[in-house]
Amino acid sequence: MSRAEVVEAPRRDPEPGPARRPGVLWSLGLFRSELVTVLRRWRTLALLVVLAAVPILIGIAVKVDTGGRGGGGGGGEGGPAFLTQITNNGLFLVFAALAATLPVFLPMAVGVVAGDAVAGEAGSGTLRYLLVAPAGRTRLLLAKYVSVLAFCAIATLVVAVSALAVGALLFPLGEVTTISGTQISFADGLLRAVAIAGVVAVSLSGMAALGLFISTLTNSGIAAMATTIGLLITVQILGQIPQLHAIGPYLFPHYWLSFADVLRQPVYWDQLVKNFELQALYVAVFGSAAWARFTTKDITA
Amino acid sequence: MGNSPAVIETSGLSKRFRGGQLAVNGLDLTVPRGSVFGFLGPNGSGKTTTIRMLMGLIEPTSGTARLLGSPMPKAARAVLPRVGALIEGPALYGFLSGRDNLLRYDAADPTADPRTRTARVGAALDRVGLTAAAGKKARAYSLGMKQRLGLASALLQQRELLVLDEPTNGLDPQGMREIRSLIRELAEDGTTVFLSSHLLDEIEQVCSHAAVMNQGRLVVQGEVAELAANARGRLVVTTPDTGAAARLLKERGIADVAVAGEDRVSSELPPDEMELADLNAELVRAGVRVRGFTAERASLEDAFVALTGEGFDVAG
Ligand SMILES: Nc1ncnc2c1ncn2[C@@H]1O[C@H](COP(=O)(O)OP(=O)(O)OP(=O)(O)O)[C@@H](O)[C@H]1O
Ligand SMILES: [Mg+2]
Repeated sequence: MSRAEVVEAPRRDPEPGPARRPGVLWSLGLFRSELVTVLRRWRTLALLVVLAAVPILIGIAVKVDTGGRGGGGGGGEGGPAFLTQITNNGLFLVFAALAATLPVFLPMAVGVVAGDAVAGEAGSGTLRYLLVAPAGRTRLLLAKYVSVLAFCAIATLVVAVSALAVGALLFPLGEVTTISGTQISFADGLLRAVAIAGVVAVSLSGMAALGLFISTLTNSGIAAMATTIGLLITVQILGQIPQLHAIGPYLFPHYWLSFADVLRQPVYWDQLVKNFELQALYVAVFGSAAWARFTTKDITA
Repeated sequence: MGNSPAVIETSGLSKRFRGGQLAVNGLDLTVPRGSVFGFLGPNGSGKTTTIRMLMGLIEPTSGTARLLGSPMPKAARAVLPRVGALIEGPALYGFLSGRDNLLRYDAADPTADPRTRTARVGAALDRVGLTAAAGKKARAYSLGMKQRLGLASALLQQRELLVLDEPTNGLDPQGMREIRSLIRELAEDGTTVFLSSHLLDEIEQVCSHAAVMNQGRLVVQGEVAELAANARGRLVVTTPDTGAAARLLKERGIADVAVAGEDRVSSELPPDEMELADLNAELVRAGVRVRGFTAERASLEDAFVALTGEGFDVAG
């Protein structure tokens, strides 16, 4: 390099200083951005509104049904779990609402969000810009899965909080009679409600992984959502067929309603643990499949 | 200057899509550091496919690609923060505002400092003239505004390389001029710009180098001035005495003499040793009423058509 060149060098160097390093906590920005983006969609808000409406409807129905007869036994034998106890204790609306939404509404909402997670962005082309940012395929998939899990928790909480509010408004609150017949304090009952919400949210994690895997298979968000929800319904039907009881324990919704065991005194862990194991299996299998697919996929949209 | 001379280097790069389509075929491309490199080719010639391979979005069927000296897609996470890209038009979240779109894309880059994020997003919006519309939902943007926002996302950081796939698509004339001057500005700052385009005069105006693709193959690459020089210009004589002029030009051994219309005779340029002024004087002496005598420089368009053929139909 000649002296003259050094002297007349207003031209900036092409190398922009030292290479930028990723900050340790900066990666959280992607997860937060994911979750905020999911929650800012109208579709997500609509799903949450529907979920919040379910306990309101149940509460009003129970009130109207029993109000005319002045308390008493209520819905009778055939109704869903916990329904009969709501009139005595509004806290039971939380359990009843979760029992009512867990088979269909909650997993459906999760299916919409998980199915759209990758496929929706592939379809709109935003996926390619995230990847050249570069989000990193593994990191992006992880952020997406964590944000779907966060949605599972948020959706469950929306049902539980709405149910608690409606229950407190329409019915008396007080000591809780467990399934085992013993009495526990209201505070203890509330604690168990929180635990049950946690169990319900975890119950959805297998479904979330399945939805995310399906989402990596296509470039159409709608197709991925429809497939995920179709699969949910199919699995729910298969679980009802007595001749297929051999495969029953391997279907992800099989132990879902075991959350009621939290309301036993003492807590009955057997089915709960089986549920967690089954969900972990689904997360491992479909999480790996989603990873294998997404990290090798050609992004052509 | 610079440590590695080439910012993009591919060798034997090929991509066969499922269904047997060979979209890119044995591409050996070298983009020198500091150049503004035009990437030309008819529709379907494989430009976007090449760019997708360079950015690690699709896996090459064979061959290798190096970006800023590192192999792609292996080194994607180290290299891509230093590369800004616009690939096959912008893609936006319609339900987010323009500013929120950029914030999201910036959050996806693990090397982007969140403390300077708002400032950088503001600067990028300003650079593409979108500050006033930054709060509007991207769904409500016009095509040109979307294109500008896409460009802004490529400019969120100081980049060493910008890869722009048809950056002026959908822009109004002012927008095109702004983008062109923006590209020149960036190039002066030392950023290498790789841009694909169909607008040949655009390439001619801003690019120092160019490559031409046709049906997945690289036809030619080099400096723009050289490429245009390779396509021979033409001599055009404007005169009412077309017959006499054509006869004289033929007698002087000039090739491809043709009478075009009432008062124009055109031919290939004479060999270099023949002085054009002498030729003109000779025509006048022979009684040809010369009203115009011009040597038309070949445009890049002539070179392009010569290389890729006149046909309009897209090769299947
Ligand atoms: N996902 C895909 N699957 C199959 N074939 C594809 C796919 N994407 C592109 N092709 C084919 O590859 C070839 C090159 O396409 P490409 O998009 O790279 O062209 P291009 O040079 O960018 O064209 P344009 O100027 O129209 O943007 C075309 O023949 C196209 O049909
Ligand atoms: Mg293209």
